[in-house]
This record gives sequence, C-alpha cells and structure tokens, in this order.
Amino acid sequence: MKTIALLTVLAGAALAAPPDMPRFRWENFTTANGLPDNHVFNVCVDGARVWAATENGLGLYQNGKWRVFTPADGLAHRAALFVAPDPRTGDVWIATMGGLSRYSAGRFDTFTQLNSGLANDVVYGVAVQGDYVWAATAAGGSRLNTRTGEWTLFNERNTPMYEIWTYAVDAKPTKVYYAVWGGGVLEYDVKTRQWKDYNDPDGETEIVLYKDQGLVHEITTSVSYAERDGILWVATYFGASRYDGRNWHNFLEKDSGLPSNFLNQVKAVDGTRAWFSTDKGLAYYDGDNWAVYRPAPDSHKPEMLVRDAAGKVTRVAVESAPAHHYVLGVDFQGDDLWVATAHGLSHGIRLHQEGSR
Amino acid sequence: MRTRRAGHIAGVLLLALAGLGARTPAVRYPSPIEIAVSPDGVRLYILCEGTDEVAVYDTRAAAFVKRIAVGRVPKGLWLTADGKRLYVANSWSDSVSEIDAASLAVTRTLPAGEEPNAALADRAGRFLYVANRISSDVSVVDLADGREVKRLAAGRGAAYLALSPDGARVYCTHIYPLPGRHRTPPESEITVIDTARQEVAERKPLHNAAGVFHVTLSSDGRLGLAAQLRPKNLIPLAHVEHGWVFGNSLAVFGADVGEPVQIPLDELDRYYTPPFAVAIAPDKSAAYVSTTGSDSVTVIDVERLLRTIAAASPEERRAMANDLSASANYVAARIPVGHGPKGMAFSPDGRTLYVTNRTGDDISVIDTATRKVTGAIALDAPRELTFERSGERLFFSARFAFQGHFGCANCHLEATFDGLQWDLEPDGFGKDIVDNRLLEDVADTGPFKWNGTNPNLETECGPRTEKYFYRSQSYSPEELFDLVAFIKSMPLRPNRHRLPDGELTAAQERGRAIFERTRKKDGTPIPESNQCAVCHSGPHYTDQKLADVGTGKPTDRSPVFDTPQLTNVVLTAPYLHDGSAHTLEEIWTVFNPQDRHGVTNDLQKDELNDLIEYLKTL
Repeated sequence: MKTIALLTVLAGAALAAPPDMPRFRWENFTTANGLPDNHVFNVCVDGARVWAATENGLGLYQNGKWRVFTPADGLAHRAALFVAPDPRTGDVWIATMGGLSRYSAGRFDTFTQLNSGLANDVVYGVAVQGDYVWAATAAGGSRLNTRTGEWTLFNERNTPMYEIWTYAVDAKPTKVYYAVWGGGVLEYDVKTRQWKDYNDPDGETEIVLYKDQGLVHEITTSVSYAERDGILWVATYFGASRYDGRNWHNFLEKDSGLPSNFLNQVKAVDGTRAWFSTDKGLAYYDGDNWAVYRPAPDSHKPEMLVRDAAGKVTRVAVESAPAHHYVLGVDFQGDDLWVATAHGLSHGIRLHQEGSR
Repeated sequence: MRTRRAGHIAGVLLLALAGLGARTPAVRYPSPIEIAVSPDGVRLYILCEGTDEVAVYDTRAAAFVKRIAVGRVPKGLWLTADGKRLYVANSWSDSVSEIDAASLAVTRTLPAGEEPNAALADRAGRFLYVANRISSDVSVVDLADGREVKRLAAGRGAAYLALSPDGARVYCTHIYPLPGRHRTPPESEITVIDTARQEVAERKPLHNAAGVFHVTLSSDGRLGLAAQLRPKNLIPLAHVEHGWVFGNSLAVFGADVGEPVQIPLDELDRYYTPPFAVAIAPDKSAAYVSTTGSDSVTVIDVERLLRTIAAASPEERRAMANDLSASANYVAARIPVGHGPKGMAFSPDGRTLYVTNRTGDDISVIDTATRKVTGAIALDAPRELTFERSGERLFFSARFAFQGHFGCANCHLEATFDGLQWDLEPDGFGKDIVDNRLLEDVADTGPFKWNGTNPNLETECGPRTEKYFYRSQSYSPEELFDLVAFIKSMPLRPNRHRLPDGELTAAQERGRAIFERTRKKDGTPIPESNQCAVCHSGPHYTDQKLADVGTGKPTDRSPVFDTPQLTNVVLTAPYLHDGSAHTLEEIWTVFNPQDRHGVTNDLQKDELNDLIEYLKTL
C-alpha cells in the first residue's frame, strides 16, 4: 500500500516537473574584458572563431582572446551590424552602416554604394550562398556574383517589394528570404528565379485579426529558413511566425512562451525548434515547450522560465544569465550558444547534468 | 610576313601610306616562358607561349621528342613531384591542360578562372590550385572529378604559385598592386593557402611593392623568395638618373629570416630588371633570379644573404630594399643569357640551371659550379626576325634606359599595364599625374598620351621616351619602327563578359541602351557632346578627340584629356586620367557631379550597374 502511495506521489511529481529544457552556464563579455563595444548587434560562430558585430567595431574571439577591427584596419564602418561566414573559403562578410566588407585572412575588401554596385551603404544583413553574396540594405537587396563581379539589385522595380528597407536575409541553396521592414517577407526561388511576397493579411495594423492565416506582421526583422524541413521562421516586432509552405502558425506573447512580441531575431535549429531574440530575453521553443533565459527585468537576477505545452510556467533555479535581457541575436557552437545583447556578449555553456558542463 | 632587313624601308613606306600596323603576325615564335625538368633529369618540358604547346626535349638524345598542343597562350607549367603529370595554365582559354608524362598526351582539360597564369597540384593530388590573373583569385579544382569547387580571393593579378616542400602551403603572388588610396605607396601580398583546408591562411604584406612575379621556397622550406618591383611612382620620373624609378628586389620570408624583408638586386649604378623567376638551388647554396630586361641571371649567395639580413637592425631591414649598396654583400654573379630570360628550372642534382629565353627562343644551359652558360637549346623558331619580333625584344629590353634601369615592360607588365599612377614629367611633385593605360588595341587610337600631344606612336615611343623616361639616347629609327610595329601587333585578349553567341545578357542589353541613349529619362535631349556613344564611338570606342569632362584636378596642367578607348576597359582599374576613380562606378558616383562626363545623375543604382555590365563587354 505504501509502495503504491509512493509511486503515485512520484508520478504526480513527474507530471508536475517542468520539461527538461536546455540549461546553460553563462559567461559574459563586455568592454571590460575585451569586447569592442557593449552594444552587440549580432554574433556569428565560425568554427572556433566567434565574431561580434558591435556598434564600435568588429570583435573576433579566438583562443580565449579578443581582437578588434575598426575602419583603421579596413572595416567599412565602425558600426558592424551582421556577420556571415563563407564556409567554403573561410572568408567572413560583414554588414556595416557604411558598406559591406569582406575579411579574408587579415585583409578587408570593402564594397560601397560609390565604389561598387551595392545598392546602399546601410547594410543590415548579409548571407553567403555559394558564389553569391546576398546583402540586405536600406535600399533593397543586392547580390554579388563573386566570380564575375556582377551586382544584381532587387527592389520595387523588379520584385514585389513595395517597401525597400530590407532588414535581414537568409540564403539557402534553394531559397532566399528577405525580411523587409514594413514589407513582410520576400522569397526568391533559386530554380525558377521568381520572387514571391508574404504579407500580413490584416495589413499594417498592430492587432492580429487573422491569426495563423498569414504572416503575423509587416514589420519583419529576421528570417531563418530550415531548408531540410522546408520551414520558414520569421521574427517581427509584433510576434513570430512559422510557415511550412502551406500553413502559417503565429506565436504571440499572450499564447506562447515568448517573453515579448518584440523580436530582433529568430534562428532556426530545424523545422521544429528555434531561438528567439527579444527585448525581454532569449527564448527557446522545442516544438512543445518554451524556455526563457534572462536577467529578471525587475531584480536583474539570473532567471530561467520554462513553459510547458499546457501553458504552465515554472521558474528554474539558475546561477547565471545572458548579459542583458535585450537580446539582438544568437548563434550556435555545438551545444553552446553565443548571444548578442544590448549590453554585452554572452557565451552559454551547455550544462548536460546538474552542476557540470 | 616581313623580314627585318629586306623589307624595312618598304615596310616603313607601306605603313606610312596605309596608316596601318601589322595586327596578327603570321609568324609564330615559340616564346618559351616556363620550363620543368623530369625527376630523372632526362626530359625538359618547355612551355611555349607563342605556339601554344609544350615542347618535350630529351637531354640524352639532345633532341625534341614531342610537341604537345595545349590551350591558347599558356603561361604556367607545373610538374608533379613524381614526374607523372604536368599541368599547363592556358591563359586565354581559361583552362588547365593535364598532361600524362608517360604518354605525353593531354588527358583532361580542367576549368579555371579568368586568365589562369599558373597551376599546381597538392602533394596528394587531391586538389589543383590555379592562379587567375584577371579574376584575381585562386581556383581550387577537385582532381577527382575535375570540378572547380571554389575560388579564394588572392591579390590583384594573381599570377604565380609555389608549393611548400611539406605540401602544407601554397604561396601565390600577384602582378598588380592591391586596390588602395589614390597616390599612396603600392601594396602587395603573398597569399598563403592552407592545403589541408583549401583556405587562405595568411597574407604576407609586401609594402611598396607592385609587380610581384615568381615565388619559390628552399628545399627545407625555411626560406622563401619572391621576385618583385618596387616602383617609385609617387615622385617625378625626372629622377631616373638618381636611381629612383624602380627598385628591383626580392621579398625574403620564412623561418630563416623571421619577419619578411625586401632586398635590392641592383647596384648603385647598374640595374637588373625586371626580376621574373627565382629558383633556389637544391642544396640552398645559391638563389638565381632571371631579369628579363637585362638579359641576365643574378646569382645570390644564400649564406651571405642570410648573414646580411641577420646582422641588420630592424630599421636597417626596413630600409634595406632602398640601399643599393647592400647587394654587394650577397650578389655572387651576374650571368648573361639570351633574350628575355623568363622561367628557370634546376636539374635534379642542382648542377645545371635551365633558363628560358622568351624572345630569344632558346634555353640557356648554366653550369651552376662555374656560373657560366655552357650551352643553348634552340627551339624550332622561324629563322627570320620580323619587325614585330624585333620590336618585342626591344619592348622587353632595359638596355636603352640610363644605367639599364627599365624598359617598356616594367610599366606595361607582360605587355599590359601596371595599375599604377605616375608622376612622369619634371614639372614638380604631384603635378600631371597619369594613370597607366593598356596597350592592346592601341594602334588606331591616336593621339597618344592623356593630354593627346603625341600624334602617333612613333612620337610617343621615341622622343618622349628618350626625354622623360630613359634619359639617354634611345632607339634608332629602325628600332623605333620595330617597336611600334610590335605594339601595333599586340593581340586583344578575349573578353570574358560576352556570351559565346555574341548576344548580350538582359543586364548588358539594358546597359547598352543607356550607353546609346540620346535623351534623359525625363525626355530631355542629351547634347551630342555629352552622349556616351558619341565620344566613345567607333571600333575602339573613342572619337580620338580631346575633351574636358570635368575630371581635371588643380594639379593638372589642363583639364582637357584624350578620350580613351574602352576595349577591355574592365581590366584596367583604376580609371580616369589620373587613376583617381578606383572603379568604373566611381567615374560617375564620385567624379561626375555636374553630368559633364556623360549624363548619369538621373540613373538609378541598378541602371548604373547595367551600364557597367555593358562596358564590361567592350
């Protein structure tokens, strides 16, 4: 009888236990320990190298040390906004407020609207797709063929882009997606060379009249395409969207584990899982459950919240958190995370067992 | 075909009457440019740029045994360490010929970038690396399936390659300077590729260098040498008599020296130029440098060189390239060879050095013990010396300049250009700066010089060269005639941007419409004098007139300039008379605020891109 009672208690406890979501020990970097600037727009993991695009230079973390690149080294502008590696060549492309730079084994080559076919010097995003480099600029998309040097511009004259402020780009072998700030999402099909736009069915209103009937909002900030699964993830300032080619699913603060509808970035793990960078913390979605990592907005103490599929939220005791709750970007290094925030860069070291690495 | 002696006077008259130069000489000279020796030392593989072939010579039989046809204008030759395969970079075919050394047959034609100049395979034979001169990159070709898998960004005019003895690194040089700020010292690099990852691992900076040719490593891998020019283009050429136009030098790098150091090859009153190939003896006792314009090979005592460098302070090392007295410390000999020495290769035992004499069409055989030429291997060249061939020898020769300082080919590298801006005239520092121009297709584009003051090439190449460049009694009338005949005969290299069927891409077609437009986008007529296709008209895209397009600078004597031809214009950045426009874009985005250099300010950025895509096809 006692045994049955104990089993019942344990089963109940198991049912009540929060889902086992990834846990991390966070190491944070600021200017105090080598970061060029605390305002980190983007982080990019490139093998053993970690690149931090900051407001005042490009940081390279390698072998436990920071190296800083500025315009004096050839970087197009001190405000670096995004970094994309070319996995084939080892080169790195950097989107800046003053053009697009390529860093190759110590040498910077810079492309601007004056010295090249780049549409505009304000480059928010960049992506490498084989021999092509795609850039998201304040005046539309630009594509450089690195073999021929040919620039092709994509704007309101040759795509269904009614707003040309492109904010992010994700280029995969079969599809290229642009997040157009105020203009939804643009899709380029590599095979057919055709463009298609995705927009919020209820227009530019800040309310969601038709949930799951289309993109959640026109002000998109990030796109991430899980090509193997054919799933597109979209971040906006008013929620997130997931699109499987037929159906949309929208995620809002009120009915998901998102800590905020204000999203700076989404980064897909695959078609089911994704990381969301919001103004109120870093969020992870595993397809059923959510986890949020941040310094608590009120107490600033490390906080990890887990929300299960039923909507139950559990606070998990943690000893560290990302540097700041305003998160701008994330990238993966094996099981580890690197997180760009408004006040420092964070390395999330994955904890596989309690108390150990 | 005209021979030099018999037809000279007739030729002069004919050309004078017809106003034409010979464009495509019917006579083809082998023009050996590179050489490789089989591991057993029996076979010489001689790459003949002029006849598009590899000539195979048997040293035992003292006879040629085969001529292997390859692609057009081959420039680079590589023999694998086991001696089983040859790779030939075909610069005008954009391909690499793979040759089986046993059958002496081409087994595959592999892809490359634009104008491949050199190729080599890694030790394992997995990947081929190809230096592409126009696309300024290195193609990585998977030798298993013959597919080009990627390109690595190299220096501008990527040209020569070397493999480290352990096979871990490929070193790549480039002949044009890296893009940089206007009127600043040229910068170059040695691009170092990690063969395990097929990625660029390092870029060794070569400050003040432009025109870097062959690179090589010692057999122990500890010493690297690259042949290079150090142009003094920021100060007036009037200073030629002071020895400040070119520094002919070597970049020395590797574990033996630590930080790279540049050393002069010249002497205080004699120059050896331009350094092209460099080879280190298998026992590392000496290094040999071919100097094309001086018809000689310079021998460097490696031990003395390393001792000199080791003894120098950091400051002395930085200044060593400009200390012409330094060469006395390590130059062991100067060996006269044939006309226009280029590529070199040792016999396996290091006792013999073979030197290709490109415009002499033979191979000098040097005994490295005595440092004397002991023989010559003549290629099957035409007996007669045409005007053009004679002119070609003159073009590459430095013997006419004061103290043998330089020749035409020092600035017109490999008969092209150098990507530099020069202060040519003794009118003060920084005045009348001029950008170097491509010579191909130049025959009917007079007047010459950016200010158009030379009505013909005879004036351009004769009195002007004597007065401003060579500072000596220059060419005889006959020699001048030949030189001009050669320049007029230079073939125009293939344009890589045209579709094979001659059609234009959609972007190029849109660009052509912009180039040929007579009205602005708002319908306003564009005056004829400001239409692209009017000034840049005719077969060479020049009306051969002078114009003020608003690009003159306060330091220019006059704002009126010759309208340049546009054939292959995409190759010759930077642009405008003084090279102040780094790219074609900057001609309009920076230097055309008043729409005086064509009307372009009503164009959107994508339309400007279309215009440039069209210009690339010219």
